[in-house]
Amino acid sequence: MADYNRPLPAPTPETQHFWDGCREGELRLQRCTSCKESYFPPRPFCPACGSRDVEIYKASGKATLYSYVINHRPRPDFGDTPHSIAVVTLAEGPRMMTNIVDCPQTPEALELDMALEVTFEKANDEISLPKFKPSKG
Amino acid sequence: MKQKTVAVVGAAETTEMGKIPNMSQIMLHADAALNAMKDAGLTAKDIDGVATAGDSPVEVAHYLGITPTWVDGTSVGGCSFMLHVRHAAAAINEGLCNTVLITHAESGRSRVGARRFSRDPASQMGQFEVPYGVTTPPTMFTIPVLRYMKDVGVTEEGLAQVAVVQREWAAKNPRASFRDPITVDDVLNSKMIAWPFRLLMCCLVTDGGGALILTSAERAKDFPQKPVYILGTGESCETPMISQMEDFTTSKAFRVSGKKAFEEAGIKHSDVDHLMIYDAFAHLPLYGLEDLGFCERGEAAAFIREGHTRPGGKLPLNTNGGGLSYMHSGMYGMYALQESVRQMRGIAPAQVPGAKISIAHGVGGMFAASGTIVFSNEAP
Ligand SMILES: [Zn+2]
Repeated sequence: MADYNRPLPAPTPETQHFWDGCREGELRLQRCTSCKESYFPPRPFCPACGSRDVEIYKASGKATLYSYVINHRPRPDFGDTPHSIAVVTLAEGPRMMTNIVDCPQTPEALELDMALEVTFEKANDEISLPKFKPSKG
Repeated sequence: MKQKTVAVVGAAETTEMGKIPNMSQIMLHADAALNAMKDAGLTAKDIDGVATAGDSPVEVAHYLGITPTWVDGTSVGGCSFMLHVRHAAAAINEGLCNTVLITHAESGRSRVGARRFSRDPASQMGQFEVPYGVTTPPTMFTIPVLRYMKDVGVTEEGLAQVAVVQREWAAKNPRASFRDPITVDDVLNSKMIAWPFRLLMCCLVTDGGGALILTSAERAKDFPQKPVYILGTGESCETPMISQMEDFTTSKAFRVSGKKAFEEAGIKHSDVDHLMIYDAFAHLPLYGLEDLGFCERGEAAAFIREGHTRPGGKLPLNTNGGGLSYMHSGMYGMYALQESVRQMRGIAPAQVPGAKISIAHGVGGMFAASGTIVFSNEAP
């Protein structure tokens, strides 16, 4: 793959499991074992009830399109083709920022609430970014 | 929990606005501060409290030769100055200081001695937002709006109308950057920035600054300018990451901050004669009108379209032209406060006749934080 010149995440001790999961092709969420709440971004305690008793699990990878913009301003790292910057609602509840890929970057193709599924874009040997594409059904 | 009232006794913006390549950012702070001190008939020796955001209050105090007994560096984005006003009022009440200077300055356009903007890739935003191209306000602040438009039924025209009405106000303000009238079509035909946002739905980028001086209402009577009293204040914050906002159709920080300010002031919405809502982008006034309770959910766009916020309307909004047409150096909250003070003094270029109560409502970051100040020209 071509040199990846976009900004990349630097994992921290609290988020390493998430980025390890992405590298291995699975989307990992966390869930509170007392109140059962799933949450994101990763942290070793439950933001709903404060419990440190939490578990990591493999999420379904299914999501729906919550909102987005299509950036038209050229950027050195993302090039000058319009591209989506989107927030998706995961089937498990939490939301995450991402890009919608494998589909035209137009308002017509990007319909709010459309079904999506995760796909991983490899940036380097350490980091793969979770992106979302229209669900095959 | 107010024991006594605090008032604004000095208020000024930088001498120039727009493009000021001959001044560094710290000098813009000083220029605004010196103008505000002159307005209040004070010198640096009379100031014992200093607050600013972005830059350090230590820099501002030392540059101006002030030795404060109270310092506030709360920096939560463009509404930080509303929070400073709130904190200063509490500090003056508590006797921590008597005369507070609050400054904002940014060489937003010329970038002379300006801060560099960078995000640590290990921060939450650096890990979970920036890699997707979320780096500047036009690709961040804008993200919730499609959800808002779909859920409450607002169209692109409704969004465009916000910019059109604010330009009507800007036309009355000689210091506004953009003063020529525009139409909804002009807005919708302007350059696409980040769908559905066009250029004329986005704020300006300029150089400038502003400063406020506050003291107790008791002392305020002895100052040269008509005192502008602080009736109520509010503040809150929600999330540093826009993707983690609880609901993309409403700002929790707006609701909490606005409610606090209304309660503290003990006023009703119908008491408000003049309103400023920080408009970094055209959707902000819509969220603000609804989250502050001036409009029911989903009704703000129609409220603006029907003319209630334009010159002659029942709720004059963003009467300086706003961030969309007046100026926006980076942290616009200070300019919203300045316009509220001018309106309460009765000296605004587009003065609202007989206005007695004004609200300045600010946003910090991208719906990250909020601050609300209720002003009056009548002592409570
Ligand atoms: Zn829990």
